[in-house]
Amino acid sequence: MVAQPSKLNVDSLTVWYGDKQVLNGISFDIKPNEIFSVIGPAQSGKTTLLRVINRTIDFTPNARVRGLVEVDGEDVAHVKDIYGFRRRIGMVAPLPVGLPLSIYDNVAFAPRSFGLSKREELDELVERCLTQAALWDEVKDRLNTLGTKLSGGQQQRLTIARALSHQPEILCLDEFSIAIDPVTTMKIEDVLKELRQDMTIILVTNLIQQARRLADRTMFLLNGDLIEVDDTEKMFSGVARNPKTNAFVAGTFG
Amino acid sequence: MSAETVNAARFTETAFVRRKQRNEVVAKAVFLLMTLAMVLPLLLIVGFLVYKAWPALSVGFFLDLPRNGMREGGIWPAFLGTIYLVVISLVLAAPIGVMAAIYLNEYAKESWFTRIIHLAVINLAGVPSIVHALFGLGAFVLFAGLGRSVLAASLTLAVMTLPVIIASTKEALSAVPVSFREACWNMGVSRWQTIWRIVLPNSISGVLTGVILQVSRAAGETAPIMFTGVVFYRAVEKGDLFAYGLLDQCMALAMHLYTISTQVPGVPEAVPFATAVALLSVVLLLNAISIGMRIYLRTCKKW
Ligand SMILES: Nc1ncnc2c1ncn2[C@@H]1O[C@H](COP(=O)(O)OP(=O)(O)O)[C@@H](O)[C@H]1O
Ligand SMILES: [Mg+2]
Repeated sequence: MVAQPSKLNVDSLTVWYGDKQVLNGISFDIKPNEIFSVIGPAQSGKTTLLRVINRTIDFTPNARVRGLVEVDGEDVAHVKDIYGFRRRIGMVAPLPVGLPLSIYDNVAFAPRSFGLSKREELDELVERCLTQAALWDEVKDRLNTLGTKLSGGQQQRLTIARALSHQPEILCLDEFSIAIDPVTTMKIEDVLKELRQDMTIILVTNLIQQARRLADRTMFLLNGDLIEVDDTEKMFSGVARNPKTNAFVAGTFG
Repeated sequence: MSAETVNAARFTETAFVRRKQRNEVVAKAVFLLMTLAMVLPLLLIVGFLVYKAWPALSVGFFLDLPRNGMREGGIWPAFLGTIYLVVISLVLAAPIGVMAAIYLNEYAKESWFTRIIHLAVINLAGVPSIVHALFGLGAFVLFAGLGRSVLAASLTLAVMTLPVIIASTKEALSAVPVSFREACWNMGVSRWQTIWRIVLPNSISGVLTGVILQVSRAAGETAPIMFTGVVFYRAVEKGDLFAYGLLDQCMALAMHLYTISTQVPGVPEAVPFATAVALLSVVLLLNAISIGMRIYLRTCKKW
């Protein structure tokens, strides 16, 4: 059997903030079009991992990164066009941020910034992204109002629409459903199931059930250590290899 | 006890509630008083100035030359000189100051180098204007060979206002939430685009306010310009907008006010007051321009 090339390959990744080590040499890989979830209690380094993947860790002056992170076999630490590279990664941060622009411009911002200017193309893209983020119906009549005027949950979906606006190959969602009601969350989960046709999805979540519903494989991080990575069903059915995983999943831990 | 009596009891005023309400009223009154205490002197000063200046105030006063040893006539050369000094120093200091602040706040990484720059900016902002005057005399008038001139005086004013412009601009920029920047970086939007589209539009009021406050300060300072280019008296064409060259000496309102109120005997009382009104109107004019600019920028904040 020929090994399928991985979309994302992480090898011995270690990250420090100052003297504090927050990821301890973790290694895993993610296949194309996989939904890969990362679970673990707060402070275990999940967000840090995502920030290494899209290189926004660069903006933290005291952060140090060692190890290898490859997207399509290309070492992300040495990409030449950093802005072009970040566009290939969609990032949804846990706290909703509406940019102080109109709803339309929130979504059109990234495409415009790399040269898309045709009105029809932009209109179409904005509508598609907002629809995928389950926000279109609520805002289609007021695309000119400020994104910052939306409710928290709406802003979170706006963030998702923005992340989709630059048509990423890998979509990272960092606890995206914190501010969203359950019904909308389910809608977005359905969209994610469709989006996987076009992209690889990394889902950081502390909703065990969400990981279970969506992910092909799941990784359990604990205080910067990779405890276990395996098929989601195995991880969650109480037969995981590591007892800590079973305890975390059962809710008796963490 | 029935449910109704419980609820009734809950809404009766206790001593604690009454005390809280009284404190609320007192606090509000005190803050209102402080606001009035701030506005009242301002109104009184302006009213007093205009009242005293009234006999001398006219369009002619602004456009005329001082005559009879500055006891009569108008203030045109000083008025024009102040405008020259303020505009030129603004043109020099504002772009440099704003760009330096953008660099320091948006690009520079935390290091000993940027910390030293920051320290220098803060300390320079506190240097008295007379020290800037001596620096301007040494650096621009003598060393650079500009002589006592409009340019040397403007440069001196620019150097004086620069640190404060940098500090206030930096303050305004850093008031824009970091989360906005992070959202942009996550989308592969470049730093410059982030600054241009998000950071600047959302801090421009603060930036302009800082700049304009410094310009007003420059308009009112006497010390930095009296060594570097401003003279007691200089005859120009009445109402001529282009009366001064960059290397000419000029008059200025602040200096003129000082001269006619302390150095020249027998000046009618209204004239210094009218000069003060002129100085004030330059400052107010600049403020009005900045408010106009802010409103204009707000309307075209969209792409
Ligand atoms: N900018 C930073 N500077 C210093 N320490 C940080 C920074 N960001 C995160 N940390 C620390 O790194 C650890 C991992 O954080 P994070 O990646 O946010 O975990 P998670 O997303 O799993 O909650 C935490 O202990 C956190 O305090
Ligand atoms: Mg996190």
